[in-house]
Amino acid sequence: MKQKNIIKNCLLLVFSMASGVSLAGTPSASMLADTCAGCHGTNGISNGPATPTIAGISNDYFIEVMEQFKAAEIPSTIMSRIAKGYTEDEIKLMARHFSGMKFKRKPQQFDSKKAALGKKLHKKYCEKCHEDGGRKSDDDAGILAGQWAAYLQNTLQDYTSGDREMQKKMKKKVDSLQKDHGNDGLDALINFYASQQ
Amino acid sequence: MSKLNRRNFLSLTSGALAATSLGFPMLSLAGTKRVVIVGGGIGGATAAKYIRMADSSINVTLIEPNKNYYTCFMSNEVLGGGRDLDSIKFGYAGLKKHGVDVVHDLVTGIDPVARKVSIKSGSSMSYDACIVSPGVDFRWEAIEGHSEAVIDKVPHAWKAGPQTAILKKQIMAMRDGGTVAIVAPPNPFRCPPGPYERASQIAWYLKNHKPKSKIIILDNKPKFSKMGLFTAGWEKYYGFNSSNSMIEWVSGDAGGKVASLDVAKMSLSTDAADFKADVINIIPAQKAGKIAFTAGLVNEGGWCPVNQRTFESSNHKDIYVIGDSSVAAPLPKSGYSANSEAKVCAAAIVAKLNGKDSPEPSLVNTCYSIIMPDDAISVAMVYRMGKDGKIMKIEGSGGLTPADSSAAMRKREVGYAHSWFNNITDDIFG
Ligand SMILES: Cc1cc2nc3c(=O)[nH]c(=O)nc-3n(C[C@H](O)[C@H](O)[C@H](O)COP(=O)(O)OP(=O)(O)OC[C@H]3O[C@@H](n4cnc5c(N)ncnc54)[C@H](O)[C@@H]3O)c2cc1C
Ligand code: HEC
Ligand code: HEC
Repeated sequence: MKQKNIIKNCLLLVFSMASGVSLAGTPSASMLADTCAGCHGTNGISNGPATPTIAGISNDYFIEVMEQFKAAEIPSTIMSRIAKGYTEDEIKLMARHFSGMKFKRKPQQFDSKKAALGKKLHKKYCEKCHEDGGRKSDDDAGILAGQWAAYLQNTLQDYTSGDREMQKKMKKKVDSLQKDHGNDGLDALINFYASQQ
Repeated sequence: MSKLNRRNFLSLTSGALAATSLGFPMLSLAGTKRVVIVGGGIGGATAAKYIRMADSSINVTLIEPNKNYYTCFMSNEVLGGGRDLDSIKFGYAGLKKHGVDVVHDLVTGIDPVARKVSIKSGSSMSYDACIVSPGVDFRWEAIEGHSEAVIDKVPHAWKAGPQTAILKKQIMAMRDGGTVAIVAPPNPFRCPPGPYERASQIAWYLKNHKPKSKIIILDNKPKFSKMGLFTAGWEKYYGFNSSNSMIEWVSGDAGGKVASLDVAKMSLSTDAADFKADVINIIPAQKAGKIAFTAGLVNEGGWCPVNQRTFESSNHKDIYVIGDSSVAAPLPKSGYSANSEAKVCAAAIVAKLNGKDSPEPSLVNTCYSIIMPDDAISVAMVYRMGKDGKIMKIEGSGGLTPADSSAAMRKREVGYAHSWFNNITDDIFG
């Protein structure tokens, strides 16, 4: 694990040195990323109640989701308008920047009974890809644990309504969760993620 | 961040250097760079924090007369009843934690040759770079009978705090069936959608508490920011365009240009008619903050021209102007713009004081407007430098909330607007 990170960091270093040359005239990663702080919080750590924390986000997931915002392939209130302002290279720079920061969990309200049920449901339906109770970003699936509940609710709404496409395998799990537990199941999961502070 | 790392790296490798600066901090003072910031509002406070975050060896002094800052943003929600005044009040403890020297005083002059800032209490401070972010001042003379002396009776509430409280109190004390007149200012002014968000928020309060009352907006202009979205929202919630509309908007061409105010009679005159009202909120025409005039930073239009790559004044070297006072168009005069400009300016100053070229800028603006508690709209834009050295909009980016966005998406925007408020205020003062 540690070794993997060291190798990853070395690769990143080589990467950023190389792209530093080819991207002359491009704003630096921190120059670009600092403009997001007004909405996502300083260094990408959001104070809620709804806008997601993006610090610690997986490099690959960040690139994927920004490109999807840009192409308006996934629903958003405002990110589509923002993402269109950045080139592919700039998105890569920011991906490295935000994935290198630490996700910080802030206190938020939750129902502990629902959270307890959510914990079980997570294990059964979601843990396979959202490892460590949804804390990991290595699996390129978005950090769920400690993410703002209102944001998760919006996102799950988009997934289950079909407005945002799910990966086939995730869809299978979410479908069977909904079949077995209905919307209460999703609600329990959101409370479980919110309970991790 | 990378700067900090480089610093740590340097001080680790050159042991001798590290020992001196740790053991004898006074000795290094002669070489310490000093930035003096005039105004602890959105632009000034952001710049102070971001300079310290990028390079903690730079000495930053922030001069601001008030112990607390009330944000203008979300002050309209105070009028609507959605939040209280305390929730928009911020102190300077956070900046002090970043090592910013906060001095509560008023700047009375800036000497660009001696590179000194003088303050009301008598002393002066020298600087390597001075940032000026004094917000706006008002052109009282634009409306006859209007002056700073009447603002307890006819509040502007365009600088938040006590003024917001006065306007709110007047609206709450008003009889059901009364009229609130809002006089909207001519361009350019702080927060283009602000007057119309204000009308929406006051309408929300009146609809729930004094439903027979009316709001009349007397406007200098033929159109306004987010006009289509606002008027559609007013139609939906406040009967706009119906015979029983709570909100009436009178454009400049239709007789909305206010020429004079009679405070005793509580009436306003335009070239078309006289309007009597129970509450009058005049949002005056605007210009750069007073100190910008004193320091010779303004152009003939009354705003401060700058090099848009660094925000250094076009009139004086080593003085930088950000926020509402600066000519940053195409960026509008908004809090998000001031916050974004401050970061570009901070990075340029840090680079310069470290003997480096100014970095390539990137900027963003967003303004949320809350029409009622379940419905918010937004405008956004991403900016960068054009080849001509001027800030330009990035084509294809930004724009308004789509007119056909669903009620569910509008409701989401309310949650995101409140998140924006929490995050930007923490980014500035935290
Ligand atoms: C009702 C309303 C709603 C708004 N809503 C939004 C919104 O939703 N989104 C948004 O982005 N923007 C919004 N704005 C705009 C935003 O508030 C301003 O654009 C922003 O405050 C500009 O920052 P600034 O630093 O230029 O000035 P300010 O924030 O006004 O700060 C200026 C500071 O300088 C100090 N000062 C002045 N002169 C001196 C001196 N001589 N010496 C020392 N200190 C001095 C003042 O005391 C003040 O604290 C709104 C404005 C209003 C009025
Ligand atoms: C005006 C506010 C605003 C600004 C500015 C903004 N964002 Fe966002 N961001 C949001 C909102 C709101 C969402 C949720 C999706 C939506 O409704 O648009 C979001 C979602 C995201 C997500 C998805 C997170 C996830 O877990 O899937 C990413 C990534 C992101 N933003 C990155 C950025 C970056 C990078 C910037 C700066 C270049 C930025 N945002 C600027 C408001 C903003
Ligand atoms: C087969 C793997 C897999 C399973 C199982 C899975 N997910 Fe996902 N999930 C992903 C991937 C990959 C993404 C990244 C986005 C995408 O590809 O759509 C994701 C994204 C998400 C997001 C968006 C994250 C963000 O930051 O916006 C949420 C919320 C989510 N999943 C919830 C769940 C829940 C709840 C479950 C269990 C019911 C679940 N997922 C099960 C793979 C999975």
